[in-house]
Amino acid sequence: MNIDHIILTLIVFVPLAGALLLALLPDRGKTMQWAALAVTLFTFLLTLHLPFHYSYASPSGVFQFEQNLPWIASPVIRYHLGVDGLSMWLMVLTGLLAPLGVLISWRAIDSRKKLFYVLFLLQQVAMMGIFVSLDLFLYYAFWEMSLIPMAILISTFGRTKRRRLAAIKYFLYAFIPSALLLVAMLWVYAKTGTFDLPKLADLAAQHAISPSSSALWIASLGFLLAFSVKIPVFPLHGWLVDAICEAPTAAVMVLAGKTALYSILRFSFAIFPEQSHRIAPLMIALAVIGIVYGSLLALVQNDLKQLAAYSTLGHLSFITLGIFTFTIAGLDGGIYQILNHGISGGAFFMLLGLLYERYGTYDIREYGGLAQKLPWIVTLYAITTLSIIGLPMLNSFVGEFLILSGSMQSPFAHRHILTALATTGVILSAAYMMRMLQRVFYCDLGSKPQAVAGWDLDTREHLALWPLVALFLAMGLAPSIWTRAIDTYGTAVNAAVLSPATPTTLQVTSLQTTTGGAR
Amino acid sequence: MNLSPSVIALLPEYVLTLVGVLLMLVEAVLKPGTSRKPLGWLAIAGTTAAGFISYYQLRLGTLTAFSGSIQVDAFSVFFHLLIAAVVLATLLGSLDYFEGHVNLAGEYFALVLFGAVGMMLMTCSVELLMVFIGLEISSISTYILAGFRKGQGTAVESSIKYFLLGSFATAFFLYGIALAYGSTGSTAIAAIAHGLATSATPHMAFLALGMMIVGLGFKVSAAPFHVWTPDVYQGAPAPVVGMMSTAPKAAAFAVLLRITFSGFPMMEHRWSLLIWGLAALSMTIGNLGALKQNDVKRLLAYSSIAHAGYLLVAFTAFPAAGISAACFYTAAYAAMNVGAFAVVTQVGGYNESLRTIEDYKSLALRRPILSALLAFFLLSLIGIPFTGGFFGKFYVFNAALQAGHVWIVIIGLLNSGVACFYYLRVLSSVYAKPEESTEALPSAAGSSTGDLSASLSSPAAVAISVPAGIALALAAAAVLMLGILPNHILHLANFASASLR
Repeated sequence: MNIDHIILTLIVFVPLAGALLLALLPDRGKTMQWAALAVTLFTFLLTLHLPFHYSYASPSGVFQFEQNLPWIASPVIRYHLGVDGLSMWLMVLTGLLAPLGVLISWRAIDSRKKLFYVLFLLQQVAMMGIFVSLDLFLYYAFWEMSLIPMAILISTFGRTKRRRLAAIKYFLYAFIPSALLLVAMLWVYAKTGTFDLPKLADLAAQHAISPSSSALWIASLGFLLAFSVKIPVFPLHGWLVDAICEAPTAAVMVLAGKTALYSILRFSFAIFPEQSHRIAPLMIALAVIGIVYGSLLALVQNDLKQLAAYSTLGHLSFITLGIFTFTIAGLDGGIYQILNHGISGGAFFMLLGLLYERYGTYDIREYGGLAQKLPWIVTLYAITTLSIIGLPMLNSFVGEFLILSGSMQSPFAHRHILTALATTGVILSAAYMMRMLQRVFYCDLGSKPQAVAGWDLDTREHLALWPLVALFLAMGLAPSIWTRAIDTYGTAVNAAVLSPATPTTLQVTSLQTTTGGAR
Repeated sequence: MNLSPSVIALLPEYVLTLVGVLLMLVEAVLKPGTSRKPLGWLAIAGTTAAGFISYYQLRLGTLTAFSGSIQVDAFSVFFHLLIAAVVLATLLGSLDYFEGHVNLAGEYFALVLFGAVGMMLMTCSVELLMVFIGLEISSISTYILAGFRKGQGTAVESSIKYFLLGSFATAFFLYGIALAYGSTGSTAIAAIAHGLATSATPHMAFLALGMMIVGLGFKVSAAPFHVWTPDVYQGAPAPVVGMMSTAPKAAAFAVLLRITFSGFPMMEHRWSLLIWGLAALSMTIGNLGALKQNDVKRLLAYSSIAHAGYLLVAFTAFPAAGISAACFYTAAYAAMNVGAFAVVTQVGGYNESLRTIEDYKSLALRRPILSALLAFFLLSLIGIPFTGGFFGKFYVFNAALQAGHVWIVIIGLLNSGVACFYYLRVLSSVYAKPEESTEALPSAAGSSTGDLSASLSSPAAVAISVPAGIALALAAAAVLMLGILPNHILHLANFASASLR
């Protein structure tokens, strides 16, 4: 049997098998760490199979590495997996972040390691499952499942006394909209008799899901709300800051953004193309508010994690902005930026975790002058900062550039003003990141670095960080490696959602010039 | 062997009754203090045999007995199997429960079997008076079982409360039967459906149905007939609660399904509204009530009220998917609830040394396997994917939505959001860091602390006995199977549903 047919199943279930293995192994010495590292590395190698055997020529909407088996007879539920240009790199990213997360937790998690790594692996199962499921029921199962390990990770491995509250907040914020999502999904099933995404997308393209436009609207809002909370989009971000502040580093790296943004692109856009397009101006406006609001709040934080949390809100809002422009540049840039956020944000949180491990605080005021003591950390920290603020030649520049140019081309009203406002986010993010860099690493030696003898990166930490730094550069210099696959998706959504009257050729050329310019 | 059809149809009940009587007789000649475990194994063997016989009956098609008052069809076999499985798990889980109180064990096993006979009789009767007899048999044994930890105040309270309120409820049920007879001229369910069409007094018939719903609503602890539940569950022995929160409920739901779907289908538009209200109320009151509970058994009592509500949602999906959804949910609920109470039995022991959520703190460090199982069952009760609880809920809500009841589905799903909150409270306590428990314990110090440390230090409390392990493994396997590979049970449920319609 060709491995292509079962590769996705393997990617999802190897971490599950790993979790079971860890549960059975004795929690002695470093057994847990090594076992978790082995499992996650193996999973990562499996995900690497995808880009090397992906057929880049085939159009989007054609899923590859598909596996489609009957699962439950009535209601009709199938075990249907597949990837396309949208999900392929997200899987590789998830695969990559997992072993790095294990490396970075090596010392930080010193008690109840078994629980931690088992939950961490289960979280990975859920995320991989979300990215590959093409059956709504299967997808929803993984979506719900992803809540539990994260909530337990936050509530048991949280940093302060507020961890229980943070976990409950996270859980309720995510669970209640998910319940409405389930109602919407069941409604779609009641109307169409299928949970299969490709079939539903076909039906949606023919306007055959339901004749009632108000019911379609309500269902589409059920979908969108559940996803918007998980991204989070501006007024729904109440859980984010607490969760980020409490969660251990490895969990924060996979906490926000990816799965929900993917779900909007995959499900909302496919099943409710018209409604998604009609609601785009609202989402764009919220995204712009989120960018400015997040950046402004990040500017005044004294706590590194809170700063990172608001910065996350700003950067995720950027992606929301990009994908809701429905232009090719915006969609491609948005998806590219999801990857960028994964690696840049991941590296940033890892570095924050390292500082905390050494000095036991996230308070910026207690730091200062670290550059003299920790030359490696400051180097990597500075590079990561530059990557996050979108320095040309580094990864985020490409994504943000595409998003902003897509936003400028979008067919919606006030696009120029909104784009201009969004652009201030770039400036503001440079402002707060540079200010933080200065306050933590330069100035005079702060109270903590005076009192505590820190140490620079050890081999394990080098191993965890350098791959990401290499990717900053690679993704900034040669984005076409990644956009080749992503672009098939962006083009297809753009063509499907916008009326044929829109001059798509113009956008294709503009995309080529923008990526060319970035190069 | 040439058995009369009546004997074949009621063979599982006969087997259980005979084994029960045998247990009583042997118990009488056993010396006080000798182990009653062989009796337990005999009961287990009897239950297993009854289950297999029921399964065999499936092949014989529909059997009728006693001039049509008993009807063994796929529907009743489904519930027979379910009840047998619950009783089996209960017996396995309580085999070592009477450590130090062995003299009680014999009657306990016999009573459990008699209860099972009553429940099985309820599910296969198509004649209301026969249903009533089954209801009484099962109720009386559960009344006694509820007060089984003799000498404990709460146990007596539990038993008396259950008995008094239960008698009221059965009186309601009986009254309903009388009114139904007055209105339609029959007490046979099929004949009632027939008589309803020509009845001169349809309002009285509806009143009859309402009375019966009240009586059964009490048995399934649906709000607003739920007030007895927390007190009774708190006082009754944990293994008994595991059984009486599932098996008699399953039987009562089976009766309710028979009465509503095949007795009063003509009045669907009226009773569905009634059931709608009961479902919404049960879910909401159950979940909100559970939020404030500190006693784990009380918490699970409120949770069982809420689950009765979820199950009632299936009734609104008339006539298509409702029955099979209700059947499936009953099975899923039985598996996870029996499992959860089996864990409670194991960690608490006969003295119920662990009562409150505080007591469960850091249980994961002391008893990792039991904690993991408890976590699994609680996650299933929440309705987390890949467990029976999730698929059951999904199936019920899907059926209700197909029938066009959007609001009850939204209420139900929001309720399951609330439900996470208290289940997770237990979970986070079980997996809490140990240093917190030393901070928190002095505040919770009291009678329970002494027991707690005693149960901690005694090595006997830490090992799970083999039969209890089997019971837990069976429950966990059932929950997992219902969540991942539900096809077989779904098929059976559809089969059952077809036989009822």
